[in-house]
Amino acid sequence: MTLPIFSSGDDPGASFQELLRRSGLDSNAISHGANSNERGLIEHVHATTIVSLRYSDGVVMAGDRRATAGVTIANRAMQKVFPADRYSGVSISGSAGAASEMVKLFQLELEHYEKVEGSPLSLEGKANRLSGMVRSNLPMVIQMGMVVIPIFAGYDLRRRVGRIFDFDITGGRYEEKNHTANGSGGRYANSVIKLRWREGLDRAAAIDIAIEALFEAADQDAATGGPDSIRGIYPQVATIASDGYAESDEHEVAQRFALLVDRLRQAGGLPGAVNDGGRILTQEVAPS
Amino acid sequence: MSMPYYVPAEQWMKDKADYARKGIARGRAMVGLTFADGVLLVAENHSRTLHKVSEIYDRIAFAGVGKYNEFDQLRIAGIRSADIRGYSFSREDVDARSLANGYAQMLGHVFTHDAKPMEVEILVAEIGASNDPDDDRLFHILYDGTVMDEENFSVLGGDADAIGTRMKEKYVASSTRADALKIAMGALSGPDRTLALKELEVAELHRGNGRRAFRRIEGDELAALLA
Repeated sequence: MTLPIFSSGDDPGASFQELLRRSGLDSNAISHGANSNERGLIEHVHATTIVSLRYSDGVVMAGDRRATAGVTIANRAMQKVFPADRYSGVSISGSAGAASEMVKLFQLELEHYEKVEGSPLSLEGKANRLSGMVRSNLPMVIQMGMVVIPIFAGYDLRRRVGRIFDFDITGGRYEEKNHTANGSGGRYANSVIKLRWREGLDRAAAIDIAIEALFEAADQDAATGGPDSIRGIYPQVATIASDGYAESDEHEVAQRFALLVDRLRQAGGLPGAVNDGGRILTQEVAPS
Repeated sequence: MSMPYYVPAEQWMKDKADYARKGIARGRAMVGLTFADGVLLVAENHSRTLHKVSEIYDRIAFAGVGKYNEFDQLRIAGIRSADIRGYSFSREDVDARSLANGYAQMLGHVFTHDAKPMEVEILVAEIGASNDPDDDRLFHILYDGTVMDEENFSVLGGDADAIGTRMKEKYVASSTRADALKIAMGALSGPDRTLALKELEVAELHRGNGRRAFRRIEGDELAALLA
């Protein structure tokens, strides 16, 4: 094994992506051989609804588990929410292969920087780094429609708050004040969160909102998977607070889904009749 | 026309080795030792920010003594090599042995081909993936590329012989972290002086730390360990 040594003019600094480029291992070199369908487009696996919302101690990130290729379910247990490092997470929607690679590179990029420099990037620095990676994926979007849109969220150790960033395909980076949702079912999820979110939510209430948002997205969007009690596959939920990234265990998520389903059943399947405390809001009003 | 001098290869190598050894001997020493839960790295270092001990990969740590800019260059090369390897293959495929070989090749090359040898001595420490203390590794690499696979402990830097003798007397296998730290501190300082907390740089590779086993032990935590 030879160690990668660079002359001072060619040094990649603390960036892992730049190091790969200098070492001739750049992942943006597109490998051919994917199957094209009759329209000439490559049919690739797609991943779907992801949400993130702020609560009193930090942020919640959640995502469904379904990946689709056209109208086929390609994967029922896909991971879409990942720890980016100890105090931040990244979730992905869009083309699954490209997105997974982006996450892997992003995680390495943060860890590599931290090790080389001896201290981690600021939360905003991390978001900007991800923005550059989304932007460098733009040729793939134009050539093959392989869109990747992540959500980045984390706990800002300097400001002591949870912060959420979302992105567009050109790498545009937008900080969201309270919540965001993305992917094919994102708009349905977003409506739920928008109606339920309020300042000062505790962890449990925030997770319940995320779960309800994913449930409603799955109810409306064919490419988003709902809770799968037969196989025991439930959406992923993670929280990031001052003690770092923590994924909620599947048992807790399953229980919260069961409660939500019970409440919906009691409300006759009308989500508008259920509030996040589980009390039925609509009251019988006697006709005058 | 000037006549080139003939210098016997033996003399030439000896001069280079003496030069490197002198540079290293000027620096402060460090000790790496295995304890019950992993590997403890203890360095005498008066700087809070220019580290001698650092993280390379999940279960691998690096320590260097001698000229700071030279071993720091080696540290970064090691991180790069390990991260590329883990990215191209798998995280499990990154190991200290191949990294130590890479360092040895590079140091050996610099020693024989460059005008000036590197004035460094480095340690590549690893805790085994099996969590078996017998799989802990300490690779000690010299300025000329000599690699030594050491057991239990490794001493680098100036006055290494005397410190090594003290370590041999005091070292106890499978000790606690606090005991290991006291053993290393005693060996580093010797009988005639005591080291202050702020003159120490301490880090560990701990089996209980999750994926990234490396952690610095600083400030109050360090003081509590010595209390």
